[in-house]
Amino acid sequence: MGVKLLLANDGVEGIRYYDTYRKNGGYTTAEKALKMSQADIVEEVKKSGLRGRGGAGFPTGMKWSFLAKPEGVPRHLVCNADESEPGTFKDRYLMEFHPHLFIEGLLISSFALGSNRTYVYIRGEYSWIPDILNQAIAEARNAGFLGKNILGSGFDCEIYVHRGAGAYICGEETALIESLEGKRGNPRMKPPFPAIQGLWMRPTVVNNVETIAAVVPIIAMGGDEYAKIGVGKSTGTKLMSACGNINKPGVYEIDMTISVEEFIFSDEYCGGIKNGKRLKACIPGGSSVPILPANLLLKTAKGETRMMNYESMSDGGFATGSMIGSGGFEVLDEDQCIVKHTMTLARFYNHESCGQCSPCREGTGWMYKILKNLEYGHGKLSDIDLLWDIQRRIEGNTICPLGDAASWPVAAAIRHFRDEFEWHVKNPEESQKRNYGLAHYADPIHVAATA
Amino acid sequence: MSVKFSDEKMKEVKELISHYPEGKEKSALIPLLHIAQGEFGGWLDVPVMDYVAELLNILPIEVYEVATFYTMFNTKPVGKYVLEVCRTGPCMVSGCDDIISYIKEKLGINEGETTPDGLFTLKPAECLGACGYAPMMQMGKTYREHLTKEKVDKLIEELRGKSNN
Repeated sequence: MGVKLLLANDGVEGIRYYDTYRKNGGYTTAEKALKMSQADIVEEVKKSGLRGRGGAGFPTGMKWSFLAKPEGVPRHLVCNADESEPGTFKDRYLMEFHPHLFIEGLLISSFALGSNRTYVYIRGEYSWIPDILNQAIAEARNAGFLGKNILGSGFDCEIYVHRGAGAYICGEETALIESLEGKRGNPRMKPPFPAIQGLWMRPTVVNNVETIAAVVPIIAMGGDEYAKIGVGKSTGTKLMSACGNINKPGVYEIDMTISVEEFIFSDEYCGGIKNGKRLKACIPGGSSVPILPANLLLKTAKGETRMMNYESMSDGGFATGSMIGSGGFEVLDEDQCIVKHTMTLARFYNHESCGQCSPCREGTGWMYKILKNLEYGHGKLSDIDLLWDIQRRIEGNTICPLGDAASWPVAAAIRHFRDEFEWHVKNPEESQKRNYGLAHYADPIHVAATA
Repeated sequence: MSVKFSDEKMKEVKELISHYPEGKEKSALIPLLHIAQGEFGGWLDVPVMDYVAELLNILPIEVYEVATFYTMFNTKPVGKYVLEVCRTGPCMVSGCDDIISYIKEKLGINEGETTPDGLFTLKPAECLGACGYAPMMQMGKTYREHLTKEKVDKLIEELRGKSNN
């Protein structure tokens, strides 16, 4: 059993409610934090090595220290609960089943940053969760943990839940801020960064739900202790949303010291591939990160065992590696068609492009069209090179990372599964009736001996 | 139909607006559009959007551009029950195609269409964050997960029954 910090109370009946949470040690960390100085809290988070859990993995303590503090200008903490990366559903789990852990994290973080009005921007489709959060907020206020002069510290804090309305792009922090201001979710040019001019042009920190929740154990045990969990720069624990063709889909907390193989096949986690099938491929960190064939997923190109942490997952760069991203872990078995799967992702990004930058607006639609042709047996061999060319021209040429996010899945699918795309072109009729199958994607990797 | 919130809804609207600092009331636009859509027939007609603009003291165009940007706002009439079936990667590998074609066949409508009795609209959706519980659909405020043909049958029957009473 690995260390459990966020889901330590998983399964405790009634943990959703204040009384039970409090009885299980809840809000003692907030009491501790409110007696600390704001700078000390930021220092502990820095020492913990916590990296943003939304996908980019930026060090949270550093992000906090960038926050501008001009005299007389209010600052805001905004929590990004717009979880929309395909394959990811961990924040939903935290908010739905552990709302008070989340609110305690919000309170400590708001205090550290000096945010008297903190907003939780939650994706609109999670329409039953605001009720859960609002109830927890009311309970916390009744107990004196929100409102004016909290625990006599002189610190005032209100938390407001703000619903979005269905836009993946609002998970990008500047688009989220625009949306919170009542506008279309078009990402802003940076600089200025939100830490200088964010919500209503005031200094703003935007953090993911899991990041905020992780602040509670960090302050409870101290940054140094937290940093001892995990390995290298992958400190602490990470929530993984496991889905696809596995026996036990769900949210798992890992301490980043286990191997990918163990995560997929052990009964403690995914429980192996469904229906006794074989593993073909996996997207380990949300749909935007590169897909890996089974052989490169379990072992790196150097022949080392691939581990479930930031460094090992990205070993080999995009040529032979991927990313841990948001932790959306999607497993594909031997019956799945990579061309079709890539097509659904291309359709997703085309649907979610905000339309502000032409490479993304036009490119995502073009890629979807070509992939649709390939999938339905109307493709040409030159389409594969054209796809490669289009994704290269989107990547890096847009205001926000959605362009990159749309390019990477297409690039990785062609990089690792080109023969499957070619088979679709050469066998247009057969490809409508059966899948290409596992081919050689699970074969051991040949590692060249060094001279 | 006159476009005006009930007193009770108006209280909710005022509470929402109070969440934002003075002069930043426009921030309440998306939450208000959710309420408006729920109150006025499940979609946002132009008079409804104009009414929301008036409440927030902003230009109607500021409301239109937001209402047309976000997937959850309907700018055309929809059925009483909107079945939004997710079809992105993780749901695709878990068999959402079979569920979508089953609903199409059962209701005799295509994606984006409404049944002649005005009860059901089938709307394909992109990732709804329920990937571990696939295949799934969103129906109003709730998620229906681990869908099977039997569950679809039951749901449709249940909703038909509800609207007959």
